[in-house]
Amino acid sequence: MKIRVDQDKCQGHARCYGLAPELFDIDDYGTSSVVGDGTVPPELEERALLAIANCPEYAIEEVD
Amino acid sequence: MAQTQPVSSWATDFDVLDREYVSSPFEIWDELRQKCPIAQTDRRGRNWLPTRYEDVTAIAHDIGHFSSLEVAVIPFEGEEPDEPVLPYGLPPISSDPPLHTWTRRLLLPWFSHRRVAGYEELTRNLCRRLIAGFADAGRADAAAGYAQQIPVRVIAHILGVPEDLSDTFTEWVRDVLEFADDAERRIHGMESLVNYFVAEVGRRKEEPGDDLISELLQVEMDGKPLEESIVMGAAALVLIAGIDTTWSAIGSSLWHLATHPDDRRRLIEDTEVWPLAIEELLRAYSPVTMARIVTKDVEFAGCPMKSGDRVLMNFPAANRDPEVFENADTVVIDRMHNRHVAFGSGIHRCAGSNLARMELRVALEEWLSAIPDFRLAEDAEVTWAGGQVRGPRQLPVVFP
Repeated sequence: MKIRVDQDKCQGHARCYGLAPELFDIDDYGTSSVVGDGTVPPELEERALLAIANCPEYAIEEVD
Repeated sequence: MAQTQPVSSWATDFDVLDREYVSSPFEIWDELRQKCPIAQTDRRGRNWLPTRYEDVTAIAHDIGHFSSLEVAVIPFEGEEPDEPVLPYGLPPISSDPPLHTWTRRLLLPWFSHRRVAGYEELTRNLCRRLIAGFADAGRADAAAGYAQQIPVRVIAHILGVPEDLSDTFTEWVRDVLEFADDAERRIHGMESLVNYFVAEVGRRKEEPGDDLISELLQVEMDGKPLEESIVMGAAALVLIAGIDTTWSAIGSSLWHLATHPDDRRRLIEDTEVWPLAIEELLRAYSPVTMARIVTKDVEFAGCPMKSGDRVLMNFPAANRDPEVFENADTVVIDRMHNRHVAFGSGIHRCAGSNLARMELRVALEEWLSAIPDFRLAEDAEVTWAGGQVRGPRQLPVVFP
């Protein structure tokens, strides 16, 4: 599984970071980005799906 | 809050200061969502009140038609001065791009999750000190004696202003937000705040510290320092927006836990549930409604909105929309799918959301650790404030 954050949509709610801090990094302005290239280790896939389902801006998506 | 005229129809004559609405708006929203999802009223000017998630978030994102130049839910009915001290209001909340964009970037780093982690110990010690003051008494006012005391002191620390002025700050902010329909109190609150920050800015110019006000005074834009009215407006915003809102969320959450022992026990026994629980409490008891001003005539979801109309961004109702949330009117303490918009949606997402979330979590952790078992006192009344910010103002609880 691989995910990405659309930074034009991200408004800094930080919900992804709250649910899966291993998968996201947030800068000083609140904008989220994926850690590394966005590849999700199998044991964190459930958390990644949770982050996608909780983003109020629909800014996170699965890419493959 | 003054008593209002009885509401003849919630669809066409709503009043967000109606006492029934303030203490329990949930059934009214449910009915509106089904029959007339965007209500209207001619009380205090022409206002619209969306209740569906889809409408509230669409309006929040349409900054071309819906401006943030006025965000007060209750319009100011006094006279505006010819030369206001704060010509830009309280940027970035009361501004549109481009002013919004760069003023917001100045504030955001102060509330980043890394910076907020640095305020946690201070918050925790403060909560412990407050609890120690009433733990032996077996009863407390969880709103006025606890929730209300926390955010104001953390904000005072960030602004570098004295903590012992907390009661005064709280009074001014309540005058501005909670008693907004009383023009005299509102003017008094706003003038007091503005005068205070005019003096503070003067003092920081002479003796800069490592606080937000001092740092903003050192910022240069295009080789020139910021206009002082921008610094004062932003500082006043941090105080106004950072106090009432979070204390209301803490108070509502404690009200919930006082009345729902199963959720209380779950939080005490299951630390894993906390991240979900905090978001669920924020969803179900979202305190904040902000306004937008219609910039040009537009038909939105069949509603003929006219330039100058006010739209009340009903984030609390959006968060209870059954189209988006299963069992929307029930607190599901481990709710997994929760795209709530308690902190707004779009470019005006609450700049202090990381701070608010930390304060709420720490306030509940410390309360439950010291007072795991508590309930509403039977001999005293719970009172609620509403309008811009909804939350309990008096929350008498007893504990063994």
